[in-house]
Amino acid sequence: MLFLPVFFFDYSSSVSILCPLFSIMTQALFFQYLFAGISYGVIYAIVAIGFNIIYNTTGIINFAQGEFVMLGGMISISLLHFFPLPVAIVLAVVITMLVGAMIEIVFIRWLDSPSVLRMIIITIGLSILIREVALHIWGESIRSLPYFVGNELTTVAFGPVRISPQVFWVVGVCGITVVGLSLFFKLTSVGREMRACSANRTAAILCGINTRNMVTLSFMLSAGIGALAGCVMSPITYTQYDSGTSLAIKGFTVAILGGLGNSMGAVAAGILLGIIEAYSVAFVPLAFQDAISITILLIILFVKPHGIFGSSDAARLKEF
Amino acid sequence: MLKVRNLDAGYGKLRVLKNISLHVDKGEIVTMIGANGAGKTTLLSAIIGLVRAGSGEIVFRNQDCTKKAARWIVAAGCVLVPEGRQVFATMSVEENLILGGYVLQKAEGKRAVDKELGHQYELFPVLRERSRQLAGTLSGGEQQMLAMGRALMSRPRLVMMDEPSTGLAPLVVRDIFRVIARLRDEGSTVLLVEQNARAALAIADRGYVLETGKIIVQGPAEDLLANQDVQRAYLGREKIE
Repeated sequence: MLFLPVFFFDYSSSVSILCPLFSIMTQALFFQYLFAGISYGVIYAIVAIGFNIIYNTTGIINFAQGEFVMLGGMISISLLHFFPLPVAIVLAVVITMLVGAMIEIVFIRWLDSPSVLRMIIITIGLSILIREVALHIWGESIRSLPYFVGNELTTVAFGPVRISPQVFWVVGVCGITVVGLSLFFKLTSVGREMRACSANRTAAILCGINTRNMVTLSFMLSAGIGALAGCVMSPITYTQYDSGTSLAIKGFTVAILGGLGNSMGAVAAGILLGIIEAYSVAFVPLAFQDAISITILLIILFVKPHGIFGSSDAARLKEF
Repeated sequence: MLKVRNLDAGYGKLRVLKNISLHVDKGEIVTMIGANGAGKTTLLSAIIGLVRAGSGEIVFRNQDCTKKAARWIVAAGCVLVPEGRQVFATMSVEENLILGGYVLQKAEGKRAVDKELGHQYELFPVLRERSRQLAGTLSGGEQQMLAMGRALMSRPRLVMMDEPSTGLAPLVVRDIFRVIARLRDEGSTVLLVEQNARAALAIADRGYVLETGKIIVQGPAEDLLANQDVQRAYLGREKIE
């Protein structure tokens, strides 16, 4: 019941104008859908990576991840009254990171060796709490940031295909985030220590690592990238107090599909899901989009729970 | 080096350790033998700070560390090779070792860690062969060596080992004990908890026998080996008159 499809993504107007044509899928339309799919796909990937970061340090799924995305969008929209766009976005990301840290410190940190299930239930409760707080602050109205470059009607033409410049922002920012994060986890010692907390918490403590700080850090990090994604996507998808919920489902699907904890897998799975959803518009009504991702989630959980890109070797060594 | 006085510890209302006192001096191997459930693991957990001590005192290198967090005690130079190895299964062997050098890196920087890494590879050549492999795919004996290497990466003053021989083939056990003896020869101090009493007492200088949370016998290793009660209960040999 948490996952009622309360919010449908509204594909960019250029796609919907072309919808009457979908019985005969022209080449132009094919690419139009492809780009729409990719831009949604990278957003899903970013949400999934947010799941992965917290999963990688704590072994839990933070179901409030979608809410971080919503907060990023909402806060930047509110700050836009006082600051120019880049400053508003940076501040929104920082504030969301602080919210993430605060959530961890207030609700998770003091728990004495909590079970995975207990922590997951806590994050579900938190997602409801954040959503309700957002409802009180921002109301039910649908808001959005302005397009970073141009407006709704600005497009860049690639032959017959027309793409909004915002799509490039989304893909670019998400791409940089993904690469930056994977370098962070692979190459820096803090990244390695965060992975160590995930692999074996007791052993990490015995190495002298302050595991609680690592968990706080992982919440900040995933709140930050969630908020950043929330900002860049806001002009296309709009932001509402409850827009995090459906994003969380999509992101979770992608995280599982790509193999939990696997960032590159998440990107591939995210783009795959985005494209499947985009093309599905040609065959089934728009309202079925959420159903498609949930169906994929169920199938993958039954058939290949470590995901299509997750290594079954590594999955066997994981606790959850 | 390590002094424990009148230590009580347990989980919740369950008192596992009752009035434990022991000491480990610099440069010796001290072994703690006892049956399953005697409280051996709890004792090590209490010393390292994973289990909160109820009452009593733990002094490591003249610093009171009774209520300190594990990371403080590790930084002070006391490490634990935990029961069941507890390697970072999803990470490579080399990453495991580097993580073991976490406190060393904080204290002396990256170069000290690199140098120590070479030292561990020399001590455990098999780890060098497998440095890129995921730790979880190693055999039990290799994982035990990795766990020991990881603990030694911080250049500890006191190494505590919890049942390093459990579940290993006799030949591998021999290798492990050879390494422990070598550690002492290199100047380390070892507190070794074992069920394999004979092997442990063979390399130890002194020993304690723990039974249902109390220390019942203590003394030099030779005396314990010769002690009839110890023989009957832990060495599986009864002298026939």
